[in-house]
Amino acid sequence: MTAFADGLLLLVLVTDLYILASSRLAACVRATAVQGVLLAALPLVLWGPGGGVPLVHLLLMSAGALAVKAGVIPALLLRAAREANARREVEPYVSLHLSVLLGAALVGLSLWLARVLVPPGDVAATLLVPAAFATALLGFLMLVARKYAVTQVVGYLMLDNGVFIFGQSLAGSLPVMVELGILLDLLVAVFVMGIAIHHISREFDHIDTRALASLRD
Amino acid sequence: MSLVLATLGIGVLLASALAAVAVGRREILALRLGTAGAVAGSVLGGAAAVEQLLRGGATLARAPWRLPLGTVTVGLDPLSAFFLLCIAVVGGLAAVYGAGYLRGYAGQRRLGPAAAFYNLLVAAMIGVVLARDGVLFLLAWEVMTVASFFLVTFEDDRESVRRAGLTYLIASQLGVIALFVLFALLRAHAGSFAFAGLLAAGAPGGGLADVAFLLALVGFGTKAGFWPVHVWLPDAHPAAPSHVSALMSGVMIKMGIYGLLRTLTFLGAPPLWWGATLVGIGIVSGVIGVLYALAQHDLKRLLAYHSVENIGIIALGLGVGLLGQSRGEATVAFLGYAGALLHVLNHGLFKGLLFEGAGSVLHATGERAIDRLGGLGRSMPVTALTFLAGAVAISGLPPFNGFVSEWLIFVGAFRGGAFLGGGAGVAALAVIPALALIGGLAVACFVKVYGVVFLGVARSDAAASAHEAGAAMRWPMVAGAALCLAIGVLPATFVGLAAPAALQAAALAAEPLGVLGALPAITRVALILLAAAAALALLRAALLRRAAVRVAPTWGCGYPAATPRMQYTAASFAEPVLAPFASLLHTTVVDERPAGYFPRTARHEEHVGDMAGERLLVPAVRRVLDAAGRLRVLQAGRIQLYLAYVLATLLVLLVWQVAAVAP
Repeated sequence: MTAFADGLLLLVLVTDLYILASSRLAACVRATAVQGVLLAALPLVLWGPGGGVPLVHLLLMSAGALAVKAGVIPALLLRAAREANARREVEPYVSLHLSVLLGAALVGLSLWLARVLVPPGDVAATLLVPAAFATALLGFLMLVARKYAVTQVVGYLMLDNGVFIFGQSLAGSLPVMVELGILLDLLVAVFVMGIAIHHISREFDHIDTRALASLRD
Repeated sequence: MSLVLATLGIGVLLASALAAVAVGRREILALRLGTAGAVAGSVLGGAAAVEQLLRGGATLARAPWRLPLGTVTVGLDPLSAFFLLCIAVVGGLAAVYGAGYLRGYAGQRRLGPAAAFYNLLVAAMIGVVLARDGVLFLLAWEVMTVASFFLVTFEDDRESVRRAGLTYLIASQLGVIALFVLFALLRAHAGSFAFAGLLAAGAPGGGLADVAFLLALVGFGTKAGFWPVHVWLPDAHPAAPSHVSALMSGVMIKMGIYGLLRTLTFLGAPPLWWGATLVGIGIVSGVIGVLYALAQHDLKRLLAYHSVENIGIIALGLGVGLLGQSRGEATVAFLGYAGALLHVLNHGLFKGLLFEGAGSVLHATGERAIDRLGGLGRSMPVTALTFLAGAVAISGLPPFNGFVSEWLIFVGAFRGGAFLGGGAGVAALAVIPALALIGGLAVACFVKVYGVVFLGVARSDAAASAHEAGAAMRWPMVAGAALCLAIGVLPATFVGLAAPAALQAAALAAEPLGVLGALPAITRVALILLAAAAALALLRAALLRRAAVRVAPTWGCGYPAATPRMQYTAASFAEPVLAPFASLLHTTVVDERPAGYFPRTARHEEHVGDMAGERLLVPAVRRVLDAAGRLRVLQAGRIQLYLAYVLATLLVLLVWQVAAVAP
């Protein structure tokens, strides 16, 4: 199972970099959905039947992740992007090429960090911690590098996905209610952001967050 | 016993403050409750102070509960007790006055909170002098500042009042920063915030004592109103209701003096330059204060500048005391501290009285501009007579109290000049001409005020229709004037009250012999002066009884259309006195002279800005703001940039921490 889990995590890293490299909003959101599917499969692959974690727990977590991360949120985001009539992220703060380069550097940093920061418990997959760090850091990079509200939410989602992956190392000891609670939090946060995006676009006719810069004193 | 009384006083004050707020919209009831509580609290506090001063020694008590970082330790020693006496006397009198003064505001403004904050202020001041722990002290100090801020902004619908309140709050908080650093340094030295620990740790060495002295000078000096950090004072005192001005100017600014004295007890034997510095501050504050007072056109603002002047006189006394202490001259040290401390009480009494008098004038006429008043002596005889007593007292003339304390400082300075020798002797001698100049200018200033406000005829309709203040306002003024006279006539008794505190400040065991032997002579002179005044008054009455009295306008050199506005004005009276000091004042003049044979218009305006504020502090603050403005590029207003800061910090910390444990 280890090789399979590592393969899944590698795919997660690929989606991370793909999101970072694409300028089309729709492509970004779809890649997020793909990442959601991968994450939903992760608990099952990692702990499998007989891995020491109750199957109901795993199924609940998997189904929750699938519904929220691959279903509801991407749908919401696609609708928001369509309504705001935004197709491409134009002139991000950090250019796409530079973003990918920075992203690759952060993946390297994550691999180095993971050598030192070994999670407690027996985790099968060797890529689990690096992938968790990399996804969170790249999500953060998205938040910093992009201007559009939709891509900001995508970055936020990636940040949370990183946390989700890291949480898998503790799946045995973390109560399922906490996991589901985190998913619910995420959903609510994205709802709020969706409403915010809607208002931004109605107010300014676009979803460029630069228009919010006048909020300083 | 005394400590129980004092804490009981705080309890009564706080309870009555709560009660005044709790009765809600029943304004008069709230005012009555607050006043009753303030008077009761003041009586308890005053009894505690007198008992402690007469019994001598010190008491200490520690509550079983803890503060964060500190303990609730309170105590009374002669120094605390003397300041407690000042708080109680002025606080009680001003509370009664305030009950009459605020009555006029019923229905326009909430009186409950005003009464509550007044009591909270008095309670906080008692807390400041009782506190025997740095944390508790700073806590009481901050409550005092906040309570007085809300009192200053009582008429908060006026722009100038809000501005004055804000200036006051900012100045106070800037001063408190110095105090925080001061107590942190002392704690680092002694290992405890408790005053007992600070005393037991002995004098801090290695320049720490000097730093602590300078911090105390800035921190406590801001509250006391030393030049040039007095800038809040001339704005805040006129903005506050008059009984609050009386309390703030009378005792609250003295808390700065108390704090300075208390800190000095922790710092061991003073070097020479501390005393010289205080003498310098005293000379500048005193002379500049009285000059600016002379240049003011607003009655309460004028009195506020006199507070700067009197704080200068107190600083002169402290300076003489420190000089004597640094040279081991017990007599000089005792005289300096005793003069300064007695002046604290004296200034509280006569400045309270003068602000109350100004409040009565304001209450009766709605006018604070001196040049629109006049002739109030006839319509407000009690206010006029008590104001005259206060004016004579503040000018330092016998037979009133100001003379006694200034006399002590004078004697200390003369002795210092004779016995200290060297730089200390020169510094002590510098006090003498400065104090004489201050006294002379103060006389000129109060001749101007009393002459223009109370003599002559009314210059405006408001002044013409003035009426005497009500009983609640009259009696505190009479009592204040009586106390001023009592100290002036019986100096030995009242110097006796200040003596234990002066001994404690000077770190002396017993009173130096033969120092106070001349005090009975002051009594004799005072009695002779009173008898002469009484004889002259009787003579005047006897002469007037036989002569026919005719009221008529003064001869106007044949000019037929004279109006009351053509009387001698305050500005024209002050002009020749101020002319030699013009370079020290920051006067802006608008002059539009009459032109042609039939001039239509003419105008003359003079405004005296505060030089310390406009030339020193405003440029300094502007420079700090400019420097801070350069940091503003960091705050671009883009959320992404802020997130980038977070990300960068996170990455640096991660790499740093991980690299530290990496194999």
